[in-house]
Amino acid sequence: MNYEMTLGLEVHTELSTNTKIFCNCTTEFGGDPNTHVCEVCSGMPGTLPLLNRSVVDYAIKTGLATNCSITQYNKFDRKNYFYPDLPKAYQISQLYLPICQTGYVEINSADGSTKKVRIKEIHMEEDAGKLIHDPWEDCTLVDYNRCGVPLLEIVSEPDLCSAEEAIEYLEKLKAILEYTGVSDCKMQEGSLRADINLSVRPVGQAELGVRTEMKNMNSFKAISRAIESESKRQIELLEEGKRVVQETRRWDDNKGMSYAMRSKEDAHDYKYFPEPDLPPIEISDAHIEDIRGTLPELPEQKKQRYMNELGLPEYDTGILTNSVHLVALFEKTAEICGNPKDAANWIMVELMKLLNDSGTLPENISFDDSSLGKIIVMLAKGKITRDTAKKVFAKVFAENIDPEQYVKDNNLAVMTDNTAIKSTIEQVLADNQKSVDEYKGGKAQALQYLIGQSMRALRGQAPAQEVTKILKEILG
Amino acid sequence: MSIDFLKMTALELAKKIQCGEIKVRDAVDAVYNSIDNYDSTYNCYISTCKEQAYKKADEVQAKIDSGNIASPLAGVPVSVKDNICTKGITTTCASKILENFKPTYNATVVERMEAADMIIVGKLNMDEFAMGSTTETSHFGATNNPWDINRVPGGSSGGAAASVAASEAVISLGSDTGGSVRQPCSFCGVTGLKPTYGSVSRYGLVAFASSLDPNGPVAKDVADCAALFEIISGKDAKDGTSMEFPKFDFSKVLDGDVKGKKIGIPSDYLGEGISPDVKDAILNAANELQKLGATVEEFPMPIVKYAIPTYYIIACAEACSNLSRYDGVKYGYSSPVAENLKETYIKSRSEGFGMEVKRRIMLGNFVLSSGYYDAYYKKALQAKKLIQASFFEAFEKYDMLLGPVAPTTALKKGESLSDPLKMYLGDIYTVMINIAGLPAVCVPCGFDSNNLPIGLQLIGKPFDETTIMQTALGFQKATDFVKNPELIKGAAK
Amino acid sequence: MQIGSELVSYLEALGRIELSDDERVKCEKDLQDILSYIDTLNELDTSNVEPLSHSFPVTNVFHEDEVKTSADRELLLSNAPHQKDGCFKVPKTVE
Repeated sequence: MNYEMTLGLEVHTELSTNTKIFCNCTTEFGGDPNTHVCEVCSGMPGTLPLLNRSVVDYAIKTGLATNCSITQYNKFDRKNYFYPDLPKAYQISQLYLPICQTGYVEINSADGSTKKVRIKEIHMEEDAGKLIHDPWEDCTLVDYNRCGVPLLEIVSEPDLCSAEEAIEYLEKLKAILEYTGVSDCKMQEGSLRADINLSVRPVGQAELGVRTEMKNMNSFKAISRAIESESKRQIELLEEGKRVVQETRRWDDNKGMSYAMRSKEDAHDYKYFPEPDLPPIEISDAHIEDIRGTLPELPEQKKQRYMNELGLPEYDTGILTNSVHLVALFEKTAEICGNPKDAANWIMVELMKLLNDSGTLPENISFDDSSLGKIIVMLAKGKITRDTAKKVFAKVFAENIDPEQYVKDNNLAVMTDNTAIKSTIEQVLADNQKSVDEYKGGKAQALQYLIGQSMRALRGQAPAQEVTKILKEILG
Repeated sequence: MSIDFLKMTALELAKKIQCGEIKVRDAVDAVYNSIDNYDSTYNCYISTCKEQAYKKADEVQAKIDSGNIASPLAGVPVSVKDNICTKGITTTCASKILENFKPTYNATVVERMEAADMIIVGKLNMDEFAMGSTTETSHFGATNNPWDINRVPGGSSGGAAASVAASEAVISLGSDTGGSVRQPCSFCGVTGLKPTYGSVSRYGLVAFASSLDPNGPVAKDVADCAALFEIISGKDAKDGTSMEFPKFDFSKVLDGDVKGKKIGIPSDYLGEGISPDVKDAILNAANELQKLGATVEEFPMPIVKYAIPTYYIIACAEACSNLSRYDGVKYGYSSPVAENLKETYIKSRSEGFGMEVKRRIMLGNFVLSSGYYDAYYKKALQAKKLIQASFFEAFEKYDMLLGPVAPTTALKKGESLSDPLKMYLGDIYTVMINIAGLPAVCVPCGFDSNNLPIGLQLIGKPFDETTIMQTALGFQKATDFVKNPELIKGAAK
Repeated sequence: MQIGSELVSYLEALGRIELSDDERVKCEKDLQDILSYIDTLNELDTSNVEPLSHSFPVTNVFHEDEVKTSADRELLLSNAPHQKDGCFKVPKTVE
């Protein structure tokens, strides 16, 4: 029997506002435990939350960028449960009136057509603290630094059908979030995480299967592996005539398997009710338009423009526009060297190789963004050879050297002084009398040998045609 | 004799302090002497803060001496209900679970009183987490009514009202979620104000029911209440539910003009359940107000019947959520016998909370649990809308409403604890006002056949404390119900 | 609305409370009395009435996105029943 998979994703992204959602503590990542905490975000008795204006604006911006309608009158609700990382024993979230609804993100389907992955809603909520398991003592330590950091939860409809589609959706969503500047999307720091809701059913069956949930996944590779593994596990269960249990599972990426989490009692009764401490939010048409005016060119638009105006191929533009960091580098480089095709090529080939070989992410590129452009200009002007250009770029990537200075300091420029070239060649000829005689005696390969020797002596700093020309002149 | 200072009103005392006749330190001494003498009998206080009080007294004295004083209550000692956060001073909410809790910040109302050069002298007894109408659920023992120590002072701000009545405080600050300022004022024969929801910051008031809780002054008379209200009220940037409102007109209050005021009495307030003495006192008060130039008439308000269910659903729901943070992890009592996380929660809370609190937490969980939410919590919010609408309809005809505060005078101790429903029913006249968010002032208006005080309440339009206090002051000036319990047989000395 | 002992136990669990056997018996009776009284609210016709969360119309109350100094950690932990390494300490949490 053939089975098909139905997937929905709930993506949590930490917003890059300066302060937390309900107080003025910093949202800076890291820091000594409990040093970014105040009486409000640690849930001291008598304290009250106060909404961060920027969080609302970032939420609206995200909604507009994902084609959502903005819920102009929206409010907060309390989600009540007990866990040490939740100091008030409730999370302030939005259940009844989320700020954005019914949007979509377009991805490419397996057959090449585009597919709209519908977004059910986007809502604002607060992040919880961190639990640190003490390795020496049988206890857990609680750090509230992250408590109150603003989150947007982006909930998709179950429109995804495979791990590939899920990853593409996530990449597209991540790009949109980075472009709008609402989040830095640093998955390794936890500012972008996804919960996976997955079920399988026999092909042709209308009713959806029982779904399971895997929470807080924070790497694309792990997500992909988890989806493959879970769908396989569910299919196996069904083939054995067993039933899939609706549960939350934990994915262990090291072991490559998931296991059921111990179910919390009353885990599903969150006793939601409207948050009495926060007044509702009313968003005017004018304010929505103001925010719309701040939207940058979004990934899809940019991709089309690169293809149409700059004549770049679709595959390349796809990869390029998926990362706001690559786009920034590309646009700067193209601006400096005046040749977008060249710029794109260097990024797609040389830079990607360097990134992949060193396992670096585009967001961690640490070299000056004008360096690549300068290298391409030097190459175009004939000041350096292509070989040299690649080597210099590798140095720029690794050590952020100034390319022009480096070329100068290491005498890597193509030699333009013919006198110097000529004198070097004359020295080579003097040292290789035998080959000279052979050439003059009619042996053509001797010339190749002499060219090779001359190039070596010139350390590749003279173009081959020039060397050949001068050699022939001298030899007659 | 310094204790005589405590016979004066706060404003009178302030005048004498500010003109140099009385030193601030002496006023503070007077309060502490009184506490030493009487508190073993009445148990109004959970703690005092002598070190901080004398330090502040000296600072304020220096300001007075150099002519740097602006506030009408500068130099006056004030006592504060123990659910109001005072930095570095234990704030227990009369609960074992916060027995040793010292807040790391001051409530906004405390900051404002200190900025007005008032001296915080102690923390007052209350029902645990403000849940109760008798101050008997306190972990620190019940407060006794100065009019009859075998009776309750009312609750939950029992300590606030009893201390003013017993001259153990000059003026105090309570909180009124469902009548918790007004009812003890009625039982203890003092004056108190429940301000409009949103007019006084809740930042630093340990939350019981977030949509119903404001702080309210308790004092010997209306003028004192008005003076303290003026100091503590006003929009607070830290409290998202606090509001801007037209300036409170203190001088207008002081003229006490009642002429032309249109006053309505909900006839459902005078129906079944009210004791004859209380009813008579209210009707006499109505006559008195008419003599002073107001028109008073009864009108039907049948929705009164649904006040208690609406209140208890909303209050318990919000309370069970607000009290979930007491879990033995961040502050407060943590059970020493807990062996794992689950036990930390369950044992800390079971050992730390009293029975009334536990009951309300369970009731709150019930009305919020899935399956019951629509029938109870949502229904109560709809009833809230209708109750408020009912008041607004009445206000189209009347400037304010008059009614009793409680169906009886002070109950005997122990009577309510065994029958929670009966205790809840005693709140019938007060809770509606909290549901609608309106202001109400309580003043003494009579005594029953046992010489126990009876209070009335004047209920006003939103943010119209001026009109109700003006009328209350006029009533108070024309009558003679502000008395000291020591004149009455039964009060211990 | 009928309260049974099973419901009482469930409510205890929801509130992370444990009553003694005696307390549970009394509580069941008290809750029954209270809930029966509260059920009178069903008589009130609330069809088409919008639930009222906030007493008065306030909207759009915000704090500006400017960092203010956080609390002193020592002060923050001063009331903690158990602490270690600058953190609140609890028994080991199980997944």
